[in-house]
Amino acid sequence: MTSTYGYRGRALDLITKYGIKVGDRIMVRNERSSFVGVLMPRSELDDDAHIVLKLDDGYNLGISIDSLQIEKIPQEEVSPPPPKAPTSRPGLPRVSIISTGGTIASRVDYRTGAVSPALSAEDLYQSVPELGELAEIRTEILFSLLSENIVPENWTAMAKSIERHIKNGAHGVVVTHGTDTMGYTAAALSFALRNLPVPVILVGSQRSSDRPSSDAYLNLKGAVLATAKAPFAEVGVLMHSTSSDDELVIHRGTRVRKMHTSRRDAFVSINSSPLARVVDGRIETLGKYKERGGDLELKAGFDEDVVLIKSFPGIPTDIFDPIIHRGFHGIVLEGTGLGHVPERIFPAIKRAVQSGIAVVMTSQCIYGRVNMNVYSTGRELLSLGVIPGGDMLPETALVKLMWVLAQTRDLEEVRRLFLTNIAGELSDRSEYEEVWHP
Amino acid sequence: MSGSGGVRVGIEIHQQLDTSEKLFCGCPTVLRDDEPHFTVVRRLKPTTSELGEVDRAALFESEKGKVFYYQGYKDSTCLVELDEEPPHALNGEAVSIALTVALLLNMKPVDEIHVMRKIVIDGSNTTGFQRTAKIALDGWIDDAGQRISIQSLCLEEDAARKISETEDHVVYRLDRLGIPLVEISTGPDIHSAEQARRVALKIGRILKATGKIKRGLGTIRQDLNISIEGGARVEIKGVQELGLIPAVVEYEVMRQRRLLEIRDELKRRGAPRPKSEISDVTDLFIHTESKLIKKALQSGGKVMAVPLFGFGGLLREEIQPGRRLGTELSDHAKVYGGVGGIFHTDELPAFGITDAEVKSIKERFGAGEDDSVVMVAGGERSCKNALIAVVRRAEAALDGVPPEVRAANPDGTTHFMRPMPGSARMYPETDVPSIVVTREILEKIKSNLPELLENKIERYTKEFGLSPDLASLIVDSPYSVIFEDLVKSYGLPPSFVAATFEYTFKMLRREGIDVDILDRNAIKEVLIRVHKGEFAKEAVPEIFRWLALNKGRGVSEAVSALSLSAVDLDSVRRSAIEIVEKNMETVRREGERAVSRLMGDLMKLYRGKVDGKVLHDLLSEEVRRALQKR
Repeated sequence: MTSTYGYRGRALDLITKYGIKVGDRIMVRNERSSFVGVLMPRSELDDDAHIVLKLDDGYNLGISIDSLQIEKIPQEEVSPPPPKAPTSRPGLPRVSIISTGGTIASRVDYRTGAVSPALSAEDLYQSVPELGELAEIRTEILFSLLSENIVPENWTAMAKSIERHIKNGAHGVVVTHGTDTMGYTAAALSFALRNLPVPVILVGSQRSSDRPSSDAYLNLKGAVLATAKAPFAEVGVLMHSTSSDDELVIHRGTRVRKMHTSRRDAFVSINSSPLARVVDGRIETLGKYKERGGDLELKAGFDEDVVLIKSFPGIPTDIFDPIIHRGFHGIVLEGTGLGHVPERIFPAIKRAVQSGIAVVMTSQCIYGRVNMNVYSTGRELLSLGVIPGGDMLPETALVKLMWVLAQTRDLEEVRRLFLTNIAGELSDRSEYEEVWHP
Repeated sequence: MSGSGGVRVGIEIHQQLDTSEKLFCGCPTVLRDDEPHFTVVRRLKPTTSELGEVDRAALFESEKGKVFYYQGYKDSTCLVELDEEPPHALNGEAVSIALTVALLLNMKPVDEIHVMRKIVIDGSNTTGFQRTAKIALDGWIDDAGQRISIQSLCLEEDAARKISETEDHVVYRLDRLGIPLVEISTGPDIHSAEQARRVALKIGRILKATGKIKRGLGTIRQDLNISIEGGARVEIKGVQELGLIPAVVEYEVMRQRRLLEIRDELKRRGAPRPKSEISDVTDLFIHTESKLIKKALQSGGKVMAVPLFGFGGLLREEIQPGRRLGTELSDHAKVYGGVGGIFHTDELPAFGITDAEVKSIKERFGAGEDDSVVMVAGGERSCKNALIAVVRRAEAALDGVPPEVRAANPDGTTHFMRPMPGSARMYPETDVPSIVVTREILEKIKSNLPELLENKIERYTKEFGLSPDLASLIVDSPYSVIFEDLVKSYGLPPSFVAATFEYTFKMLRREGIDVDILDRNAIKEVLIRVHKGEFAKEAVPEIFRWLALNKGRGVSEAVSALSLSAVDLDSVRRSAIEIVEKNMETVRREGERAVSRLMGDLMKLYRGKVDGKVLHDLLSEEVRRALQKR
C-alpha cells in the first residue's frame, strides 16, 4: 500500500484526480486566491476538507478543497547529497549504539502529525560527529518502536543483541530507547545480563532530536563517554540531572523511574543513589558498583503472564477472578502505605495463591520499603503467602517476577529468588537523605 | 517612482498583542525587573529541516557555540517557556486579534492555520525555534492614492529578552518569550524614505484601532527590506522608532550605491578574487610600538594578515556616514572571529603602527599601491576565523551588494548581523493542532471590526465636542478605550476625561512619574469618584502621583494617605460663615465682590479636598446671606 501521507476522503480523491502526490510543486486556484507551493503531508487527525501547501517563504497553510483547481508545475528532481561516512579515530574504545526507537531517535511523522521514531543509530552518529572523538562506533538498528509499544520479547532481543556486540569486542553498549518504558527495559536488561563485563547504558531524550534544543545530543555524548570509559559494568539509564544542559546522571537500571511527563530531568533514582554523574566530560561514580570484567551469562527469558495491579479504595472483590481464571502466573500488587490492600480482597488473594499464582507486594508510595509486620493487615497478607517486595520499585518487581517465573513456577523457589538481590534492586538499608523526593 | 534608482522598500512590522495569556501557555504577558527566581543553562544545535537542509543562518549561530542562560519566575513563567513541557493549544484571543488586523488590512485569511517552527538558534528561543503561523495573505492599504500590498500576516511568539552577553554566553529572561505578536509584511512597493515612514505609521494606527496591542518601548519593532536596482535585498532589523525609518532607508540606498561603485572600480582595476592566503606575520611586530598589538602578543596572541589585491584605497571609501568598506570587513571579522576589529593598510600608519611596519608587511605579500593588507591581532583561531570572514566579504565586494541581515545603529546607519536565512528554517510544529478558520469565525470578526482611528477622531469631535487636536491625541493614546467607557457608561464630561489623559498624564510624565503602570481600573475609579464629588478635581494629579509611586496600593488608600476623604459640607459651610464673620468689614464694603477676596482663605482650608466650584458657591451664598441680614 502506498502512503497517502495523511490524506483521506475528499482531499485524497482530489489530489488523486489531479495525479498529484506529496512533494509535488503545484499551483492551486479557487475563486478567492491562488497559491504556488509544495504539497505537504497532512496529519491524520485533521479533516478531509483541506490540503496543506508549503509556500516559498517556508510557511505551511491549509487550503479548502472547495472548487479548488490544481495544476502541477514540472520541476527537476533534486536528490539529496549522499551522507558523509562517519569517521572516527582508530585506537579509541569500541562502543556499540543499538537503536530501539523513541524520542532520542525521532523525527516529525506526518502520518500522525506527531513526533515518532525514525532516525537510525547511524543518523544520530551523523548528527553528533563529536561521538567519533570519544569512541569507535558501531551502530545497529534493532527496532523502531515507541517505548509504549515495547513488549518483554523485545527485552530478550535487546539482551541477545547486546551479548553479540560484547562478544564482538565492544567496550560498552549504548541502547537508545523511548523514555516512557525505559525504566522497565533497564530493569529487564539488569536481570537478563548476568555477570555483565562492560557498561550498558540506556539513553533517551525528552525533547525530540529534530529540534535544536533536544537533550538527545548531550545525553548521547554522555552515554558514549560512559560506556567507553566508566569503571562500572552495570546496566544504567543516563539522562539530564537537572533542567539545564550541564550535568548528566546515570541511574542504576533496577532503581530508576520516570517521575515527570515532560522535563529533561524526569528520571530519578528511587531508594538508592545513582551510579554516577557526568560533569564536564568526567565520570564521577557514586557508591559501590560492579567493576568491569568477567564472562557474560545471558538469562534473557521473561514470563509475560504477570500483571501489575494498584490497590485503591473500593477495589472490587472479584478483581482477581479473571486473572485466576485465565491462568496468569504472577501478580504484583501496588499496595497502599507499608504494603496493604483492603481486607475484603483477602479471600481473592488467598484464591490466587492457592491456584499457584505468585503474589508480590510493593508500595504505591514509590519511596520507602514495604513492611508488612507493623499492622495486622500486613501480617495477615504475609500469612496468605504474599511475597514482600522490600524497597523494590513496583515496575522493577513486575519485571523481576516475569524473569523469575521464566526460570521456575515453583512458588517456594520463586519466593527465594524474588527475595534475593540480583542486580541491586533490593537492599536492607534505607539511607537517610535530606531531600528524598525529586 | 523607479526613477529614484529603483529603490524598493518593504516593511515588516512586529507588534506585541495585549492578550491576557501567552500564545502557547497560560502565563501572563508581563515583563519583570525584579530578581528572577531561577536560572537554567542550555545549548542549542542546528538540525536538518523536513527538507533535509541545515539552515544557513542557523548553522551560523551554532558556529558561534554560545551557552545560554535563561532566567525565569515561578509565578509568571512556566515549563512551556523553559521547553520542558509541550506547548498548549494556540491562544484563541490572539488568533482573533490577528484575524481582525488582517481584515482591517484587506487581507485574505488562510483556510486553515498551521503553526510552524522557524529555526532561530541565537538562543532567544529555548526551543531553538520560533513558533509562527501564517494567518492571512494578499491585502493592501492606501498610501496617498498608491496601493501598498500587504503580503503576509503571521502570528508569532515573541523571543526571550536579552539581558546581557559576553563572548561565550548570553543571558536571556523568559518573561517576554511567548507573548503573542503579529508580523505584518508589506510588498517591496515603497519607493522613498518618507513613504516608508508614512506606511509604517498607517499600519501602526490600524493596529492601535484594535485596542488590543501592547504599548510602550519595545512593543513594536520595524524591520526594513531594502534594495536598489542592481543591488540586493538587505534586511535591516530592530528599527524601534518610526522617526528613524527615513534615515535607515536613505543610508542603505547610499550604501548599496557606493558598494556598486566600488564593484565597478574593482572591475576596472581587474582585481582578482581574493583568496584565503592567511599568513602569520607576528615576526614583523616583535618590537612594535602599537599598544593594541603589544597587548595581544603579551597574552600569547599572534598577528595574522591576508592581502586583498586590487583593493588599495577602497577600504577607506565611505559607504555610510562614518562607515567605510573597511568597517564592513571589520563587522564580519568581529562576528565570525570574535575579534575586536581589524587593521588595514589603507588606514595605516596609525594606532602606533609605523610606516616601516606597513612597508614590511606589504613587502611580505608583494602588495603594491593598488593593494591592501588586512591584519588581525589575537588568538590564532580567532584571527583565522576573522580573516576568512574578511576574505569572504571582500570577495562579495566584487559582485556588489551581498544579501544579508543587518542591524540598525541609533543614527540610522547599519552593521552586519548575520547571513540571510534560507526557507529551510521552517518545519511544522506538530505539537499544536491546526485550526480551521470557519466562515462563522470570520463573520463574527467582521461584524465586530473596530473603528479606524480616522473615523474615531471625527466621531469624538462630533459626538463629544472635543477639539480635533485633543480628539486625535486621545484616539492615538492607550486610553481611548477607557475614555469612551467613562464618558458613555458613567456620564463623565469628555473634555475632563480627555484632558486628564492627555494633559495631566503628560505633566506627570514630565515629572518622571510612570503613569503608564497605573492600573486601568484604578484610573477609572479615581475619575468616577471625582465626578461624584468625593474629592476635588484639583486632587487628581496628586492621587495619580501617589498611586504611581505606591505600586499595588488602591485608590482608597491614596485618598486617606493624602487626607482627601470627602469633607462634610456642613463643616465647609461653618468655615465659610466663620470667614465671612471675621471679614464683615470687607463684606460690607465690597458686597458680593468680597467673595473672590475671601475665596483664598477658604481654599487654604480645603484645597484638593473640595472642588473649587463648590467652595465658591458656598462662600457666595454665605456672603449674600450676610449682606441680606444687614
